[in-house]
Amino acid sequence: MSQGVTKLIHKYLRHDKKFPHVWCPGCGNGIVLGALIRAIDRIGLEKDEIVLASGIGCSGRMPVYVDFNTLHTTHGRALTFATGIKLAKPSLTVIAIMGDGDATAIGGNHFIHAARRNLNLTAIIINNQIYGMTGGQSSPTTPYGSYATTAPYGLIEHAFSIAELAVTAGAPFVARGTVYHVETLEDLVKKAILKRGFAVVEVISNCHVQYGRRNNMGDPVTMMKWMRDHAIRVEKASSMSIDDMEGKFTIGVLADVEKPIYTEEYQKIREGAIKGRPTGGPGHG
Amino acid sequence: MRQVIKGNHAVSHGVRLSRVKVISAYPITPQTTIVEQLSEMCASGELEAKFIKVESEHSAMAAVVGSASAGVRSFTATSSHGLLLMHEVLHWTAGARLPIVLANVNRAVGPGWNIWADQTDSLSQRDTGWIQFYCESNQEVLDSVIMGYRLAEKVMLPVMLSYDAFFLSHTSEIVDVPDIEQVDEFLPPYEPEFRLDVNKPRMFGGMVGPDCYYEERYVMFRDALKVLDIYPQVCEQFHAVFGREYDVVEEYRTEEAEIILVTAGTITSVSRIAVDRARGEGKKVGLMKLRLFRPLPIERWQKVLGNAAKVVVIDRDLCAGLGGVFASEIRSALYPLTNRSVLFSFIAGLGGRDVTPEDVEGMINYAAANEEPETMPLFWGLKGDQGGNHAETL
Repeated sequence: MSQGVTKLIHKYLRHDKKFPHVWCPGCGNGIVLGALIRAIDRIGLEKDEIVLASGIGCSGRMPVYVDFNTLHTTHGRALTFATGIKLAKPSLTVIAIMGDGDATAIGGNHFIHAARRNLNLTAIIINNQIYGMTGGQSSPTTPYGSYATTAPYGLIEHAFSIAELAVTAGAPFVARGTVYHVETLEDLVKKAILKRGFAVVEVISNCHVQYGRRNNMGDPVTMMKWMRDHAIRVEKASSMSIDDMEGKFTIGVLADVEKPIYTEEYQKIREGAIKGRPTGGPGHG
Repeated sequence: MRQVIKGNHAVSHGVRLSRVKVISAYPITPQTTIVEQLSEMCASGELEAKFIKVESEHSAMAAVVGSASAGVRSFTATSSHGLLLMHEVLHWTAGARLPIVLANVNRAVGPGWNIWADQTDSLSQRDTGWIQFYCESNQEVLDSVIMGYRLAEKVMLPVMLSYDAFFLSHTSEIVDVPDIEQVDEFLPPYEPEFRLDVNKPRMFGGMVGPDCYYEERYVMFRDALKVLDIYPQVCEQFHAVFGREYDVVEEYRTEEAEIILVTAGTITSVSRIAVDRARGEGKKVGLMKLRLFRPLPIERWQKVLGNAAKVVVIDRDLCAGLGGVFASEIRSALYPLTNRSVLFSFIAGLGGRDVTPEDVEGMINYAAANEEPETMPLFWGLKGDQGGNHAETL
């Protein structure tokens, strides 16, 4: 590890207080944390300008390790707490870090409505296709037919595609990366934080302990090689046939459009109300 | 057959033996291994039931409300924040008079995050209309599931059984796992009077106005009190088949006791040791273990505690602004008595902190040495400026 990286970690982590961390050796969460820290460093944000909020699960531990304003909240509610923070202090850069069960099961409703509402928030969802911390139960992204402790003979439900769900729910910026494509991931996280509006980054990660082991996916390196071999860049995927894309998934920016932001629209309503103008909302005044 | 199993698996076996038909759950530590084993039992055909892992505890509870409304025996399990997330549907289940059994692993509520034993989670659900039991051993946990269905289906109210995180959930003990034929003898198939049935269409959950909501709630209250008469019959039947007894309270060495401890959950086991030691020293100390907590067995409490000069209640729970929940309810129960015992309220072991026999001995000694208790509870074993254990009150 180079001197520079060591310094970067020391700058952003609560390395002298909260370590060792709880993540298993080889877990992808550390790679996501690294990408997040480097993205923040490249943007040049001050630590105190950032809020990192999480829910429950292995991803929920991430705010514990970083020296930002941090909030480790209840299961599935990272985005709701983040919504309150953003409304109270719109100047803060608010990032919610979640897992697949956290964001799309117990917090699924919050996720789609956050995407629809369009506050200027960043949502990073680590998708390892399983509930890791509680012991390998199937999550909304566990593939059909996979094995989990709650599906010992194979799962009979069908998985969400998180990024596509976010696009459909109206998130103006949606991207997907993996913990294998580290530089791409860092770039996607940076774009998401800089995006004005609700920005989602789904990160395909490995839980070799709870998911990989039960599904013959191999060790962390083998699981990362699987990511390498099954991830197709969005640009390339657009020219591929449906058959060629079978079993593959896209990485890159899936959506990047401009939409009015909730806090700004709200401010306009307030100013209009103060001036005594009709307050029928945007497009009606 | 006698097996060495964890408290969570004692629940799974109780559910299997009760021939439950629908199980719905969401993972949460330290509950998860209950439903993991159940999903295995369902998948292998050992238990003829449908298992669904849903997207939240709220959904888990709602799904079994659905299955119970359709007229089949239903089960869910949870812990701590999971139970709190179910709160809305807990009220609904009792109001809808659905005899569901729920196993709750007593775990502390955040923040700060804590996964260890604490009874505040289920005690904060005491007004939801559920029958509540607190268990001390893995055997009691298993038996309570089976007894729970028998009782619930007789009074048409749901049963919540609670037991301590890790001290029972993840600790192995010898448990007599009965044969299913034996359980069949005790627990008949569930045949509800009302169910969703295409041949006899009904509407559940309609609007009930001021003209009859009041009476509906009164009937629910009255039926909950019937538990106090029906539960002893269930116990008797259970004893006849299995040879084990579980009274609404358990008295331990209360004969001529001047000081009686009141405990629930695993602190009871620790307190038995302290009681034995005190008796060994010639002190007249006994113990009342709380098992049934809703409905309140007020007369039994009065009978057991009424003759003791002093009552020492240990709460592994905390209601900010009040103190210990058990102490508060015991105090209410004793109030009508002319010669009321003096009640000492101790808070101990929150968030899974160990409560040792020495701690309980200390509480006994405190009560013995003081004629009058403090107005507010004593917090036993607080880490203070002295660095050691001490009790503190306001």
